[in-house]
Amino acid sequence: MKRRTFLKNTLAVTATGTAVGTGLISGNALASEEKANPFKATSLEDALKAAGITEHEASDKITVKAPDLAENAAVVPVEVSSTLEGASEVRIFIAENPTPHAANFMLGEGSEALVKCRFKMGKSSDVIGVFKVGDKYFSAKKAVKVTKGGCGG
Amino acid sequence: MAKKFKTRLKVKEKGGKVNVKAIVSHPMLTGLTKDKKGNKIPEHFIQEVIVTANDKVVMTANWGPAVSKDPYISFDYAGKSGDLVKLAWTDNQENTGEAEKKVK
Repeated sequence: MKRRTFLKNTLAVTATGTAVGTGLISGNALASEEKANPFKATSLEDALKAAGITEHEASDKITVKAPDLAENAAVVPVEVSSTLEGASEVRIFIAENPTPHAANFMLGEGSEALVKCRFKMGKSSDVIGVFKVGDKYFSAKKAVKVTKGGCGG
Repeated sequence: MAKKFKTRLKVKEKGGKVNVKAIVSHPMLTGLTKDKKGNKIPEHFIQEVIVTANDKVVMTANWGPAVSKDPYISFDYAGKSGDLVKLAWTDNQENTGEAEKKVK
């Protein structure tokens, strides 16, 4: 009888142990992947994928404010805002840049879904703002024309 | 490298919201530019910015090299006067900077 319970217990322990172990490993892998990759991705698709965005819906509740024509491509002011409830994360992509993933902002508790920042742009491109609400992603874009490249100085 | 980077922070309360504006003097090099001899200048940019109000995180920003030189950031959060706002950043060459201000 004793032997039986002992076996049972060890089995149970190893089972949960492995479950937790694998869970941890995959969790860590995911986290590091998400942290390292998006900024290195060289195409918009890869950047989106690396950021964990498989699909995003265009939404008119998001506004991306940027100039139609950038006077100085090294300093392009961009403002993204949304009226969606419960936005937790904002990512900004510049489609034609060498690394399209420009920035991401995690909104803490009580933060407004409005961020202003300035970016460099290599050439004329779409600026895409993606908001994360729950598990879904919503996006909006704005085309910005660049007359002189900003990445070469 | 001592006092090369200057972090400026401005906070203002209006109607239950606190507006945080910050600007950091930082070159934000992309790693794609070259010097006069044609050598690549290594990338050097701010990777992470954390803003807290009364020790509660209100904003974490992860940046890539596409953010402009002397980066500027502005956002609002629901707060009140008297909050202590702190901003801390880290770049990819292990430089750090911080600033703090009390909301008036």
